[in-house]
Amino acid sequence: MTEKKNIICRCEEIEIDEIREWIARGYDTFDELKRELRVGMGPCQGRGCRDIILRELSKATGKPISELDPGTIRPPVKPIKLGLLAEDE
Amino acid sequence: MDFPKTADVVIIGGGVVGTATAYYLAKSGRKNVVLIEKNTVCSGSTGRCGAGIRAQWGLELNCRMALACLDTFEQLDEELGLPTGLNQGGYLLVAYKDKEWAQFKKNVELQHSLGIKTEIFTDVKRAQEICPGVAVDDALGFTFYQRDGHADPFLTTFAFQEAAKRHGAKFYKFTEVKGLKVESGNIKAVETSRGTIECGQVINCAGSWAQDIAKMAGIKLPNWAERHEILITEPVDPGVCPPMLMSFSGNYYIQQRPHGSIIAGESPAHEPLLGYTSTAHSVASIAKTLIKLLPRAKDIRVVRQWAGYYDMTPDAAPILGETDVKGFWHATGFSGHGFMLGPVAGQIMTALLNGDKPPIDPTIMDYRRFERGERIVEPNVV
Repeated sequence: MTEKKNIICRCEEIEIDEIREWIARGYDTFDELKRELRVGMGPCQGRGCRDIILRELSKATGKPISELDPGTIRPPVKPIKLGLLAEDE
Repeated sequence: MDFPKTADVVIIGGGVVGTATAYYLAKSGRKNVVLIEKNTVCSGSTGRCGAGIRAQWGLELNCRMALACLDTFEQLDEELGLPTGLNQGGYLLVAYKDKEWAQFKKNVELQHSLGIKTEIFTDVKRAQEICPGVAVDDALGFTFYQRDGHADPFLTTFAFQEAAKRHGAKFYKFTEVKGLKVESGNIKAVETSRGTIECGQVINCAGSWAQDIAKMAGIKLPNWAERHEILITEPVDPGVCPPMLMSFSGNYYIQQRPHGSIIAGESPAHEPLLGYTSTAHSVASIAKTLIKLLPRAKDIRVVRQWAGYYDMTPDAAPILGETDVKGFWHATGFSGHGFMLGPVAGQIMTALLNGDKPPIDPTIMDYRRFERGERIVEPNVV
Protein backbone atom coordinates (compact mmCIF):
# COMPACT_ATOMS: atom_id res chain seq x y z
CA MET A 1 0.00 0.00 0.00
CA THR A 2 3.02 2.30 -0.18
CA GLU A 3 2.71 2.62 -3.95
CA LYS A 4 1.95 6.22 -4.87
CA LYS A 5 -1.04 6.68 -7.10
CA ASN A 6 -2.22 9.99 -8.46
CA ILE A 7 -5.91 9.42 -9.13
CA ILE A 8 -7.50 12.30 -11.04
CA CYS A 9 -10.90 10.72 -11.81
CA ARG A 10 -12.45 9.48 -8.60
CA CYS A 11 -15.59 8.07 -10.23
CA GLU A 12 -13.61 5.64 -12.37
CA GLU A 13 -10.30 5.61 -10.45
CA ILE A 14 -8.12 6.75 -13.32
CA GLU A 15 -4.56 7.86 -12.70
CA ILE A 16 -2.78 10.79 -14.33
CA ASP A 17 -0.20 8.37 -15.76
CA GLU A 18 -2.94 6.55 -17.70
CA ILE A 19 -4.11 9.87 -19.15
CA ARG A 20 -0.55 10.70 -20.24
CA GLU A 21 -0.01 7.23 -21.69
CA TRP A 22 -3.11 7.47 -23.93
CA ILE A 23 -2.38 11.06 -24.97
CA ALA A 24 1.05 9.83 -26.09
CA ARG A 25 -0.69 7.17 -28.22
CA GLY A 26 -2.49 9.95 -30.10
CA TYR A 27 -5.73 10.08 -28.10
CA ASP A 28 -5.37 13.83 -27.70
CA THR A 29 -9.00 14.96 -27.33
CA PHE A 30 -11.15 14.83 -24.21
CA ASP A 31 -13.76 12.66 -25.95
CA GLU A 32 -11.23 10.02 -27.02
CA LEU A 33 -9.84 9.78 -23.48
CA LYS A 34 -13.39 9.56 -22.17
CA ARG A 35 -14.18 6.64 -24.48
CA GLU A 36 -11.01 4.73 -23.68
CA LEU A 37 -10.69 5.43 -19.94
CA ARG A 38 -14.28 6.36 -18.92
CA VAL A 39 -13.15 9.72 -17.48
CA GLY A 40 -16.23 11.94 -17.43
CA MET A 41 -18.58 8.94 -17.69
CA GLY A 42 -19.13 8.59 -13.97
CA PRO A 43 -21.83 10.17 -11.81
CA CYS A 44 -19.96 13.53 -11.66
CA GLN A 45 -19.55 13.69 -15.47
CA GLY A 46 -16.06 15.15 -15.24
CA ARG A 47 -16.58 17.88 -12.67
CA GLY A 48 -13.48 16.64 -10.88
CA CYS A 49 -11.23 15.61 -13.74
CA ARG A 50 -12.12 17.70 -16.78
CA ASP A 51 -9.92 20.71 -15.94
CA ILE A 52 -6.94 18.52 -15.07
CA ILE A 53 -7.29 16.53 -18.30
CA LEU A 54 -7.69 19.67 -20.42
CA ARG A 55 -4.49 21.03 -18.84
CA GLU A 56 -2.66 17.81 -19.80
CA LEU A 57 -4.07 18.03 -23.35
CA SER A 58 -2.98 21.65 -23.57
CA LYS A 59 0.54 20.74 -22.50
CA ALA A 60 0.72 17.88 -25.01
CA THR A 61 -0.78 19.67 -28.02
CA GLY A 62 0.56 23.17 -27.37
CA LYS A 63 -2.95 24.58 -27.79
CA PRO A 64 -4.40 26.91 -25.14
CA ILE A 65 -7.23 25.38 -23.06
CA SER A 66 -9.68 27.90 -24.53
CA GLU A 67 -9.19 26.28 -27.95
CA LEU A 68 -9.75 22.71 -26.76
CA ASP A 69 -13.08 20.90 -27.08
CA PRO A 70 -14.13 20.26 -23.46
CA GLY A 71 -16.29 17.27 -24.48
CA THR A 72 -20.03 16.72 -24.12
CA ILE A 73 -21.97 17.02 -20.89
CA ARG A 74 -25.16 15.01 -21.16
CA PRO A 75 -28.48 15.09 -19.35
CA PRO A 76 -29.33 14.56 -16.57
CA VAL A 77 -26.95 17.11 -15.03
CA LYS A 78 -27.26 15.27 -11.72
CA PRO A 79 -28.11 11.56 -11.34
CA ILE A 80 -31.87 10.89 -11.08
CA LYS A 81 -33.55 7.73 -9.75
CA LEU A 82 -35.26 5.53 -12.36
CA GLY A 83 -38.43 5.51 -10.21
CA LEU A 84 -38.63 9.28 -10.29
CA LEU A 85 -38.02 9.48 -14.05
CA ALA A 86 -40.72 6.87 -14.68
CA GLU A 87 -43.32 9.02 -12.89
CA ASP A 88 -42.67 11.68 -15.49
CA GLU A 89 -44.05 9.56 -18.36
CA MET B 1 2.38 13.11 -39.25
CA ASP B 2 2.48 14.20 -42.91
CA PHE B 3 -0.77 13.77 -44.76
CA PRO B 4 -0.45 11.03 -47.39
CA LYS B 5 -0.64 11.81 -51.11
CA THR B 6 -1.15 8.20 -52.12
CA ALA B 7 -2.54 5.05 -50.56
CA ASP B 8 -3.25 1.47 -51.52
CA VAL B 9 -6.66 1.45 -49.82
CA VAL B 10 -8.55 4.37 -48.26
CA ILE B 11 -11.20 3.48 -45.68
CA ILE B 12 -13.79 6.17 -45.00
CA GLY B 13 -15.20 6.08 -41.46
CA GLY B 14 -13.67 5.24 -38.08
CA GLY B 15 -16.42 3.14 -36.53
CA VAL B 16 -16.04 -0.53 -35.71
CA VAL B 17 -16.57 -1.58 -39.35
CA GLY B 18 -13.87 0.78 -40.65
CA THR B 19 -11.32 0.05 -37.93
CA ALA B 20 -11.89 -3.73 -38.15
CA THR B 21 -11.49 -3.56 -41.92
CA ALA B 22 -8.27 -1.53 -41.50
CA TYR B 23 -6.95 -4.14 -39.07
CA TYR B 24 -7.70 -7.22 -41.16
CA LEU B 25 -6.43 -5.56 -44.36
CA ALA B 26 -3.17 -4.41 -42.77
CA LYS B 27 -2.73 -7.78 -41.09
CA SER B 28 -3.23 -9.54 -44.45
CA GLY B 29 -0.14 -7.72 -45.70
CA ARG B 30 -1.72 -4.79 -47.54
CA LYS B 31 0.73 -1.90 -47.36
CA ASN B 32 -0.35 1.72 -47.06
CA VAL B 33 -3.87 1.30 -45.67
CA VAL B 34 -5.26 4.72 -44.70
CA LEU B 35 -8.38 5.35 -42.62
CA ILE B 36 -9.95 8.80 -42.55
CA GLU B 37 -12.58 9.94 -40.05
CA LYS B 38 -14.38 13.29 -40.10
CA ASN B 39 -14.53 13.47 -36.30
CA THR B 40 -12.67 11.10 -33.96
CA VAL B 41 -12.62 7.30 -34.02
CA CYS B 42 -15.77 5.85 -32.42
CA SER B 43 -17.60 9.20 -32.34
CA GLY B 44 -20.57 8.06 -34.46
CA SER B 45 -22.93 5.11 -34.25
CA THR B 46 -20.47 2.56 -32.82
CA GLY B 47 -19.73 4.70 -29.77
CA ARG B 48 -23.43 5.33 -29.19
CA CYS B 49 -24.73 1.79 -29.59
CA GLY B 50 -26.27 -0.69 -27.15
CA ALA B 51 -23.20 -2.95 -27.41
CA GLY B 52 -25.07 -6.26 -27.86
CA ILE B 53 -23.75 -9.32 -29.69
CA ARG B 54 -26.13 -12.16 -30.47
CA ALA B 55 -26.34 -15.28 -32.57
CA GLN B 56 -30.12 -15.55 -32.12
CA TRP B 57 -31.34 -14.56 -35.56
CA GLY B 58 -34.13 -15.75 -37.83
CA LEU B 59 -32.25 -15.76 -41.11
CA GLU B 60 -29.49 -18.20 -41.95
CA LEU B 61 -27.21 -15.47 -43.32
CA ASN B 62 -27.44 -13.45 -40.10
CA CYS B 63 -27.01 -16.52 -37.89
CA ARG B 64 -23.86 -17.48 -39.79
CA MET B 65 -22.41 -13.97 -39.69
CA ALA B 66 -23.21 -13.53 -36.01
CA LEU B 67 -21.79 -16.93 -35.11
CA ALA B 68 -18.57 -16.02 -36.95
CA CYS B 69 -18.52 -12.81 -34.90
CA LEU B 70 -18.96 -14.67 -31.61
CA ASP B 71 -16.06 -16.93 -32.58
CA THR B 72 -14.02 -13.81 -33.37
CA PHE B 73 -14.99 -11.89 -30.22
CA GLU B 74 -14.13 -14.88 -28.00
CA GLN B 75 -10.46 -14.65 -29.01
CA LEU B 76 -10.27 -10.94 -29.85
CA ASP B 77 -8.60 -9.68 -26.65
CA GLU B 78 -5.71 -12.03 -27.25
CA GLU B 79 -5.51 -11.29 -30.96
CA LEU B 80 -5.60 -7.49 -30.61
CA GLY B 81 -3.59 -7.30 -27.39
CA LEU B 82 -6.12 -5.06 -25.63
CA PRO B 83 -9.35 -5.85 -23.76
CA THR B 84 -12.70 -5.58 -25.58
CA GLY B 85 -14.86 -5.94 -22.45
CA LEU B 86 -16.63 -9.05 -23.73
CA ASN B 87 -19.28 -10.32 -21.30
CA GLN B 88 -21.21 -13.43 -22.33
CA GLY B 89 -24.26 -13.26 -20.08
CA GLY B 90 -26.48 -14.48 -22.91
CA TYR B 91 -29.49 -12.85 -24.57
CA LEU B 92 -32.84 -13.55 -22.96
CA LEU B 93 -35.43 -12.81 -25.65
CA VAL B 94 -39.02 -12.34 -24.48
CA ALA B 95 -42.11 -12.98 -26.66
CA TYR B 96 -45.43 -11.35 -25.77
CA LYS B 97 -47.41 -12.03 -28.96
CA ASP B 98 -48.62 -15.29 -30.53
CA LYS B 99 -47.11 -14.52 -33.90
CA GLU B 100 -43.81 -13.59 -32.28
CA TRP B 101 -43.72 -16.79 -30.20
CA ALA B 102 -44.48 -18.88 -33.30
CA GLN B 103 -41.59 -17.13 -35.06
CA PHE B 104 -39.27 -17.81 -32.09
CA LYS B 105 -39.96 -21.54 -32.47
CA LYS B 106 -39.00 -21.40 -36.16
CA ASN B 107 -35.90 -19.32 -35.37
CA VAL B 108 -34.68 -21.77 -32.75
CA GLU B 109 -35.13 -24.68 -35.17
CA LEU B 110 -32.92 -22.84 -37.66
CA GLN B 111 -30.42 -21.85 -34.95
CA HIS B 112 -30.12 -25.47 -33.77
CA SER B 113 -29.47 -26.63 -37.35
CA LEU B 114 -26.52 -24.19 -37.46
CA GLY B 115 -25.02 -25.21 -34.13
CA ILE B 116 -26.49 -22.34 -32.09
CA LYS B 117 -27.75 -24.16 -29.01
CA THR B 118 -30.53 -21.79 -28.00
CA GLU B 119 -32.78 -22.78 -25.10
CA ILE B 120 -36.51 -22.25 -25.63
CA PHE B 121 -39.00 -22.34 -22.75
CA THR B 122 -42.21 -20.91 -21.28
CA ASP B 123 -41.42 -21.23 -17.57
CA VAL B 124 -41.15 -17.80 -15.93
CA LYS B 125 -39.10 -19.39 -13.10
CA ARG B 126 -36.41 -20.39 -15.60
CA ALA B 127 -36.37 -16.80 -16.90
CA GLN B 128 -35.92 -15.62 -13.32
CA GLU B 129 -32.99 -18.00 -12.81
CA ILE B 130 -31.29 -16.25 -15.70
CA CYS B 131 -32.45 -12.76 -14.75
CA PRO B 132 -33.31 -12.57 -11.03
CA GLY B 133 -36.60 -10.88 -10.18
CA VAL B 134 -37.60 -10.18 -13.77
CA ALA B 135 -41.33 -9.44 -13.99
CA VAL B 136 -42.48 -11.23 -17.14
CA ASP B 137 -45.74 -12.92 -16.13
CA ASP B 138 -47.35 -11.43 -19.22
CA ALA B 139 -44.83 -13.13 -21.55
CA LEU B 140 -45.70 -16.16 -23.71
CA GLY B 141 -42.21 -17.58 -23.90
CA PHE B 142 -38.49 -17.08 -23.93
CA THR B 143 -35.32 -18.02 -25.77
CA PHE B 144 -31.83 -17.88 -24.30
CA TYR B 145 -28.36 -18.43 -25.72
CA GLN B 146 -25.49 -18.23 -23.27
CA ARG B 147 -22.76 -17.30 -25.77
CA ASP B 148 -24.58 -14.08 -26.68
CA GLY B 149 -23.80 -10.97 -24.69
CA HIS B 150 -22.11 -7.63 -25.08
CA ALA B 151 -18.68 -6.02 -25.39
CA ASP B 152 -17.41 -2.48 -24.93
CA PRO B 153 -17.75 -0.66 -28.29
CA PHE B 154 -15.12 1.94 -27.38
CA LEU B 155 -12.52 -0.55 -26.19
CA THR B 156 -13.21 -2.87 -29.13
CA THR B 157 -12.88 -0.12 -31.74
CA PHE B 158 -9.75 1.34 -30.16
CA ALA B 159 -8.27 -2.17 -29.85
CA PHE B 160 -8.81 -2.63 -33.61
CA GLN B 161 -7.27 0.80 -34.23
CA GLU B 162 -4.17 0.10 -32.12
CA ALA B 163 -3.65 -3.35 -33.65
CA ALA B 164 -4.14 -1.95 -37.17
CA LYS B 165 -1.51 0.73 -36.44
CA ARG B 166 0.93 -1.98 -35.33
CA HIS B 167 0.44 -3.61 -38.75
CA GLY B 168 1.19 -0.29 -40.47
CA ALA B 169 -2.27 1.21 -41.09
CA LYS B 170 -2.49 5.00 -40.75
CA PHE B 171 -5.39 6.84 -39.12
CA TYR B 172 -6.33 10.49 -39.74
CA LYS B 173 -9.03 12.05 -37.57
CA PHE B 174 -10.79 15.40 -38.18
CA THR B 175 -10.44 14.64 -41.90
CA GLU B 176 -13.59 15.02 -43.94
CA VAL B 177 -14.23 13.64 -47.41
CA LYS B 178 -15.06 16.42 -49.86
CA GLY B 179 -15.17 14.45 -53.09
CA LEU B 180 -14.32 11.20 -54.86
CA LYS B 181 -12.47 11.21 -58.16
CA VAL B 182 -13.71 8.66 -60.69
CA GLU B 183 -12.16 8.18 -64.13
CA SER B 184 -13.61 5.88 -66.81
CA GLY B 185 -15.47 3.90 -64.20
CA ASN B 186 -12.55 3.48 -61.80
CA ILE B 187 -11.98 5.14 -58.44
CA LYS B 188 -8.87 7.31 -58.60
CA ALA B 189 -8.66 9.52 -55.52
CA VAL B 190 -10.32 10.74 -52.34
CA GLU B 191 -10.45 14.52 -51.92
CA THR B 192 -10.41 15.49 -48.25
CA SER B 193 -10.38 18.60 -46.11
CA ARG B 194 -6.63 18.03 -45.68
CA GLY B 195 -5.65 17.17 -49.25
CA THR B 196 -6.16 14.60 -52.00
CA ILE B 197 -5.13 10.96 -51.63
CA GLU B 198 -4.66 9.03 -54.86
CA CYS B 199 -5.61 5.40 -54.43
CA GLY B 200 -6.76 2.29 -56.23
CA GLN B 201 -9.41 1.23 -53.74
CA VAL B 202 -11.84 2.99 -51.43
CA ILE B 203 -14.13 1.39 -48.86
CA ASN B 204 -17.13 3.37 -47.70
CA CYS B 205 -17.65 2.53 -44.00
CA ALA B 206 -19.36 5.85 -43.24
CA GLY B 207 -22.46 4.36 -41.61
CA SER B 208 -25.23 6.92 -41.37
CA TRP B 209 -23.36 9.19 -43.77
CA ALA B 210 -22.51 6.48 -46.34
CA GLN B 211 -25.19 7.61 -48.80
CA ASP B 212 -23.62 11.10 -48.95
CA ILE B 213 -20.19 9.58 -49.64
CA ALA B 214 -21.60 7.19 -52.27
CA LYS B 215 -23.25 10.08 -54.09
CA MET B 216 -19.82 11.69 -54.60
CA ALA B 217 -18.98 8.76 -56.92
CA GLY B 218 -22.39 8.83 -58.58
CA ILE B 219 -23.69 5.81 -56.65
CA LYS B 220 -27.18 6.03 -55.22
CA LEU B 221 -27.79 4.22 -51.92
CA PRO B 222 -31.30 4.07 -50.46
CA ASN B 223 -29.94 4.40 -46.88
CA TRP B 224 -31.02 6.78 -44.15
CA ALA B 225 -30.20 7.60 -40.53
CA GLU B 226 -32.70 6.68 -37.80
CA ARG B 227 -32.35 8.28 -34.38
CA HIS B 228 -32.49 6.08 -31.25
CA GLU B 229 -32.17 6.99 -27.57
CA ILE B 230 -30.60 5.15 -24.66
CA LEU B 231 -29.70 5.64 -21.00
CA ILE B 232 -27.08 4.41 -18.54
CA THR B 233 -27.21 4.19 -14.75
CA GLU B 234 -24.63 4.54 -12.02
CA PRO B 235 -22.64 1.33 -11.40
CA VAL B 236 -24.33 -1.05 -8.94
CA ASP B 237 -23.58 -4.56 -7.69
CA PRO B 238 -23.69 -7.27 -10.36
CA GLY B 239 -26.76 -9.46 -10.78
CA VAL B 240 -29.39 -6.78 -11.48
CA CYS B 241 -29.67 -7.81 -15.14
CA PRO B 242 -27.06 -10.47 -16.01
CA PRO B 243 -28.29 -11.25 -19.57
CA MET B 244 -29.20 -8.85 -22.33
CA LEU B 245 -32.94 -8.75 -21.63
CA MET B 246 -34.67 -7.95 -24.87
CA SER B 247 -38.04 -7.99 -26.54
CA PHE B 248 -39.06 -6.99 -30.06
CA SER B 249 -42.78 -6.61 -29.30
CA GLY B 250 -42.01 -5.22 -25.82
CA ASN B 251 -39.66 -2.71 -27.46
CA TYR B 252 -36.82 -2.81 -24.96
CA TYR B 253 -33.28 -3.99 -24.33
CA ILE B 254 -31.55 -3.89 -20.95
CA GLN B 255 -28.12 -5.14 -19.90
CA GLN B 256 -25.66 -4.63 -17.07
CA ARG B 257 -22.03 -4.00 -17.94
CA PRO B 258 -19.31 -5.87 -15.99
CA HIS B 259 -18.49 -2.42 -14.63
CA GLY B 260 -21.94 -2.34 -12.92
CA SER B 261 -23.78 0.25 -15.00
CA ILE B 262 -27.10 -0.70 -16.55
CA ILE B 263 -27.72 0.29 -20.17
CA ALA B 264 -31.31 0.40 -21.45
CA GLY B 265 -32.92 1.55 -24.66
CA GLU B 266 -35.95 1.34 -26.90
CA SER B 267 -36.76 1.88 -30.55
CA PRO B 268 -38.21 5.25 -31.46
CA ALA B 269 -41.71 5.91 -32.70
CA HIS B 270 -40.10 6.57 -36.11
CA GLU B 271 -40.00 10.31 -35.66
CA PRO B 272 -38.22 12.12 -38.48
CA LEU B 273 -36.12 14.04 -35.91
CA LEU B 274 -32.36 13.87 -36.39
CA GLY B 275 -29.47 15.20 -34.31
CA TYR B 276 -27.95 13.97 -31.09
CA THR B 277 -30.28 15.82 -28.69
CA SER B 278 -31.77 13.61 -25.98
CA THR B 279 -35.43 13.95 -25.03
CA ALA B 280 -37.13 13.93 -21.65
CA HIS B 281 -40.01 11.76 -22.86
CA SER B 282 -37.64 9.08 -24.10
CA VAL B 283 -35.68 8.76 -20.85
CA ALA B 284 -38.98 8.63 -18.93
CA SER B 285 -40.38 5.98 -21.24
CA ILE B 286 -37.26 3.79 -20.98
CA ALA B 287 -37.20 4.23 -17.16
CA LYS B 288 -40.84 3.17 -16.94
CA THR B 289 -40.24 0.01 -18.99
CA LEU B 290 -37.11 -0.81 -17.00
CA ILE B 291 -38.74 -0.67 -13.55
CA LYS B 292 -41.81 -2.55 -14.77
CA LEU B 293 -39.46 -5.41 -15.73
CA LEU B 294 -37.02 -5.01 -12.83
CA PRO B 295 -39.01 -3.34 -10.01
CA ARG B 296 -36.12 -3.46 -7.54
CA ALA B 297 -34.10 -1.18 -9.84
CA LYS B 298 -36.31 1.83 -9.03
CA ASP B 299 -33.77 3.53 -6.73
CA ILE B 300 -30.84 3.16 -9.13
CA ARG B 301 -29.87 6.52 -10.58
CA VAL B 302 -29.59 7.40 -14.25
CA VAL B 303 -26.32 9.22 -14.89
CA ARG B 304 -26.57 9.91 -18.62
CA GLN B 305 -28.76 9.63 -21.67
CA TRP B 306 -27.77 10.06 -25.28
CA ALA B 307 -28.89 9.53 -28.85
CA GLY B 308 -27.34 7.83 -31.86
CA TYR B 309 -28.20 6.67 -35.34
CA TYR B 310 -29.01 3.34 -36.90
CA ASP B 311 -27.69 3.40 -40.48
CA MET B 312 -30.80 1.91 -42.04
CA THR B 313 -31.37 0.18 -45.38
CA PRO B 314 -34.84 -0.63 -46.78
CA ASP B 315 -34.57 -4.28 -45.62
CA ALA B 316 -32.50 -3.57 -42.46
CA ALA B 317 -29.68 -5.75 -43.83
CA PRO B 318 -26.16 -4.51 -44.61
CA ILE B 319 -24.67 -3.50 -47.94
CA LEU B 320 -21.38 -5.25 -48.64
CA GLY B 321 -19.40 -5.42 -51.86
CA GLU B 322 -18.09 -3.49 -54.86
CA THR B 323 -20.15 -0.88 -56.71
CA ASP B 324 -20.53 -0.02 -60.39
CA VAL B 325 -17.42 2.13 -59.87
CA LYS B 326 -14.47 -0.25 -59.92
CA GLY B 327 -12.41 -0.13 -56.74
CA PHE B 328 -15.19 1.61 -54.79
CA TRP B 329 -16.54 -0.74 -52.12
CA HIS B 330 -19.22 -0.59 -49.45
CA ALA B 331 -19.47 -1.98 -45.94
CA THR B 332 -22.40 -0.09 -44.51
CA GLY B 333 -26.13 -0.10 -43.75
CA PHE B 334 -25.88 -2.37 -40.71
CA SER B 335 -29.22 -1.03 -39.46
CA GLY B 336 -28.39 -1.12 -35.77
CA HIS B 337 -26.21 -4.24 -35.80
CA GLY B 338 -22.88 -2.84 -36.98
CA PHE B 339 -21.11 -3.34 -33.69
CA MET B 340 -21.85 -7.06 -33.44
CA LEU B 341 -21.23 -7.68 -37.16
CA GLY B 342 -18.27 -5.31 -37.55
CA PRO B 343 -15.47 -7.82 -37.04
CA VAL B 344 -16.83 -10.28 -39.61
CA ALA B 345 -17.56 -7.40 -42.01
CA GLY B 346 -13.87 -6.48 -41.78
CA GLN B 347 -12.90 -10.08 -42.53
CA ILE B 348 -15.27 -10.27 -45.52
CA MET B 349 -14.08 -6.95 -46.96
CA THR B 350 -10.44 -7.98 -46.62
CA ALA B 351 -11.07 -11.24 -48.46
CA LEU B 352 -13.00 -9.44 -51.22
CA LEU B 353 -10.27 -6.84 -51.75
CA ASN B 354 -7.57 -9.48 -51.76
CA GLY B 355 -9.47 -11.74 -54.17
CA ASP B 356 -9.74 -14.47 -51.54
CA LYS B 357 -12.75 -16.54 -50.54
CA PRO B 358 -14.65 -14.65 -47.82
CA PRO B 359 -15.66 -16.46 -44.59
CA ILE B 360 -19.32 -15.76 -45.49
CA ASP B 361 -20.55 -15.33 -49.06
CA PRO B 362 -21.68 -11.69 -49.23
CA THR B 363 -23.18 -11.79 -52.76
CA ILE B 364 -26.75 -11.39 -51.51
CA MET B 365 -25.75 -8.18 -49.67
CA ASP B 366 -25.01 -6.36 -52.93
CA TYR B 367 -26.61 -2.87 -53.00
CA ARG B 368 -28.19 -3.48 -56.40
CA ARG B 369 -30.70 -5.84 -54.73
CA PHE B 370 -32.92 -2.81 -54.03
CA GLU B 371 -33.06 -1.82 -57.71
CA ARG B 372 -33.97 -5.41 -58.55
CA GLY B 373 -36.75 -5.29 -55.98
CA GLU B 374 -35.16 -7.97 -53.78
CA ARG B 375 -35.12 -7.90 -50.00
CA ILE B 376 -33.26 -9.78 -47.27
CA VAL B 377 -36.03 -10.43 -44.77
CA GLU B 378 -34.96 -10.92 -41.14
CA PRO B 379 -37.81 -11.59 -38.69
CA ASN B 380 -35.74 -11.14 -35.51
CA VAL B 381 -35.19 -7.39 -35.29
CA VAL B 382 -36.33 -4.63 -32.94
